[in-house]
Formats: sequence, structure tokens, C-alpha cells
Amino acid sequence: MKARVTVTLKNGVLDPQGKAIEGALVSLGIPGIASVRQGKIFDIELAGHDAKAAEAALAAACEKLLANTVIENYRVEILG
Amino acid sequence: MRAAVITFPGTNRDGDVSRALGAGGADVSPCWHADHALPAGTDLVVLPGGFSYGDYLRTGAIAARANIMDAVRAHAARGGLVLAICNGFQIACEAGLLPGVLVRNANLRFVCRRQTLKVERTDTLFTGGYRRGQVIDVCIAHGEGNYICDAGTLARIEGEGQVAFRYCDAAGALTPDANPNGSLNHIAGIYSANLRVLGMMPHPENLIEQLTGGADGKPLFESLGRAA
Repeated sequence: MKARVTVTLKNGVLDPQGKAIEGALVSLGIPGIASVRQGKIFDIELAGHDAKAAEAALAAACEKLLANTVIENYRVEILG
Repeated sequence: MRAAVITFPGTNRDGDVSRALGAGGADVSPCWHADHALPAGTDLVVLPGGFSYGDYLRTGAIAARANIMDAVRAHAARGGLVLAICNGFQIACEAGLLPGVLVRNANLRFVCRRQTLKVERTDTLFTGGYRRGQVIDVCIAHGEGNYICDAGTLARIEGEGQVAFRYCDAAGALTPDANPNGSLNHIAGIYSANLRVLGMMPHPENLIEQLTGGADGKPLFESLGRAA
């Protein structure tokens, strides 16, 4: 079973890297870029087949390590 | 004063801070991150600077989950002293010993330079050797020193006098140019609510003798050496 965890900065938290990337995209002439926020994706392979248990385990993983919930949100998707 | 200096994989300022603590009068023991207990009789835990775990995931995030950190949290909960410098400050925030978090410098550059700081209060075991409002000369060297927290936390740490040091210019003014990393309210260091845990981005251990460029870091270690 595969899962994807996405960690993004909360609204209102300054993202200097996203801003720099935004500036670079604009300077490359890519049209229509309004703003960029940078985040992280973790692709995780799971040994079991219980999607509910996996979701709970990955939520715990986010709370304990993958995200700093002071500044970041996370989303867990079980990809099957 | 019995100090335990913790080494994580990638810590590189453990030697210098041990030397500074010793010069200040402390009895210093090394301590390994994989250990489960602090040396017996530890009064002060030091989380030194460096690049623990290569700054992977988030600075300090993986070190904050090391075996020894349960013992450090228990030590802090008992009212034990903790000094967390640079990467150690990042680890302390990730471990929940201090509020807030240190993120990428606002200008995205690693800053490595001399910096002046204002000492906010002198009635703690860390800063008794300074004068209130004194401007001290220290070294900074970090890429993620931009201190942020939510508005409620900021109001609380400001209201409770938990700000230890602020980045300022040579005259003590909090000008925008004197803030090297974008930290909220120029915050360079903060205390826990009980004033027993100090986290700071600058390196006081770099400047403890005139021979090597300055001694403004020395009073911090002398003050700790006199405590307990």
C-alpha cells in the first residue's frame, strides 16, 4: 500500500523560499504566476493493507516528526 | 555547576562551548545523543551549535527526537537549567522546550558575521554578569535563525519578559538593518516561562577572550559558573 503525506506552511507564515521561486518564475516569463508557496511531499510505502490504520499511523507520524504544527499543516492520502 | 554538553551527529560546537563553560568555572561532562540518561548530578544541559542530522527535514527536528531528549525534557520540567545555542536553539524549539520556531533567514542567505545584541534583563542565572540594556558583541552563523511564533505566543513572551536578547545596532537601536534574519521583534534569544531554559542563535562561546577577538560572551559562562 502506498501513501502520500503533504506538508505545507500555514496561511500567514512567511515563506521566503516560495517568494524567491515566485520571483524566478516571473523573471523567466512564465505567464500568470500570482504567488508560490513551497511545501514537502513524502511518498511512503506501507507494509499492511488496512487503510484506516495506516491513516492513523501517518497522522501520528506527522504530529511527531514530519510536520512542525506550529507553522505547518499536513494532509495524508492513502493511494492504495 | 555540573554541565552536560550533548553531542548529536553533526554537532560541531560542543568542543568550544565545553571550553567556555570550563573557563567560567563549570565542571563539564560530555553526553551522547543515544544515551537515555544525563550524567548524575547534572545542573545544566547544553545543546550546542552545529548541523545535527545535516539539517534534514527541518533544522533540529530529528535531533529533537533523539533518545537523550526525553531526559532533557524531564530535566527542564524539574526546573533544571538548559542553554541552547544556534542549532541547539532550533532543537529546543522542535523539542517543545521553548515556544516558536526558527525558519529560513528572510533574505535566504547564510549569515556569518559579528553582531551586536541588547541584553534585555540581568536577573537570570545566564545574564547576571551583564548590565541591563548593555550592547554586547557576539558572532552569528546561521541560515535558519528567523524566529517566528503566533501572535498570542509573541504577546505572551513579550509580556512575561521572556525575550533574552535582541539584535540591535552598535548604539543599541533596533533598526531594520540590525536584524540579520527577519526575526520577529529582533528576537535573538528567549527564555522559558521559568527563566531556566535559554535558547539563542548567537554564539557566546566564540568570544571569551580578547586574544581571539573579544570577550563579551564570557560573562554568560561566568554567570552560569557561579550558579548552583
